[in-house]
Amino acid sequence: MGNFIVWVVWVLAAFSCLGSGAAVVSFSNPFYSALALIGNLGSLAVMYLLLSAEFVAAAQVLVYAGAVMVMFLFVIAYLGRHADAPWAGGPSWQALGATAAAGALMVEIVVAIGLKASGRLAQAPDVASSFGNPAGVGRLFLTDHLLAFEITSIVLLAAAVGGVVLGSNVRKGTSAQ
Amino acid sequence: MGPNVTWYVAVASFLFGIGALGVMLRRSPLIILLSLEIMLNGANLAFIAFSRHHGHLDGQVFALAVMAVAAAEVVVGLGLIVAMNRRQLVLDVDKLSTLRG
Repeated sequence: MGNFIVWVVWVLAAFSCLGSGAAVVSFSNPFYSALALIGNLGSLAVMYLLLSAEFVAAAQVLVYAGAVMVMFLFVIAYLGRHADAPWAGGPSWQALGATAAAGALMVEIVVAIGLKASGRLAQAPDVASSFGNPAGVGRLFLTDHLLAFEITSIVLLAAAVGGVVLGSNVRKGTSAQ
Repeated sequence: MGPNVTWYVAVASFLFGIGALGVMLRRSPLIILLSLEIMLNGANLAFIAFSRHHGHLDGQVFALAVMAVAAAEVVVGLGLIVAMNRRQLVLDVDKLSTLRG
């Protein structure tokens, strides 16, 4: 019974994830696209929970669906009608080529993983119930991956400075037009 | 026991494909940024699925690092879009053949 419920939740999460992903790409109003991406991130958080990655799921909802998407929505609201993004034309062979390329990329991922690890993916691993809790992830961050953790902070600082520089007023003399 | 890692990787590759399609088909930099987020999340899902499969937390740590990098990328990308808008440039990547201010 528990198995069945897990499958039902997984199927719901997977379909809403893929459906909202397709919606992000196909809406012409970027506001709706951003809202669909919030749905996408939320259903991905459900899948992370099913994979016993509780801390990543919480971070996904707080950081991604919360902070990042609010910033997106602010910028879209700031741009107003300039943000409208209708499906720009271009020759139809471009659209067909892009679709073929994306499909080929997808097939390539599946084939590469299938060739590399097809035999070893079926067995279900057992993990402790504490797998993926904040304590374990935090311990790894502060021991094995300390350098990556510190570099991440520098990357975020550089991004913050870059955002301020890009968003600050245009200086006199360098302004366009 | 729920679905095994193969199913998650299938969803992750579909997500990556959808995101790549959006990056290639759409011309608004906003939608391209949103599609990039989908691609990054597809990669994150694969990381976390394999992390669970191997019973090792390293994949989750990497997924968190990807999340931080994605946040940084969004900051810079949105800053660029606002700067483009302030310079009265059209928000269309095909029309931005030169990035002269």
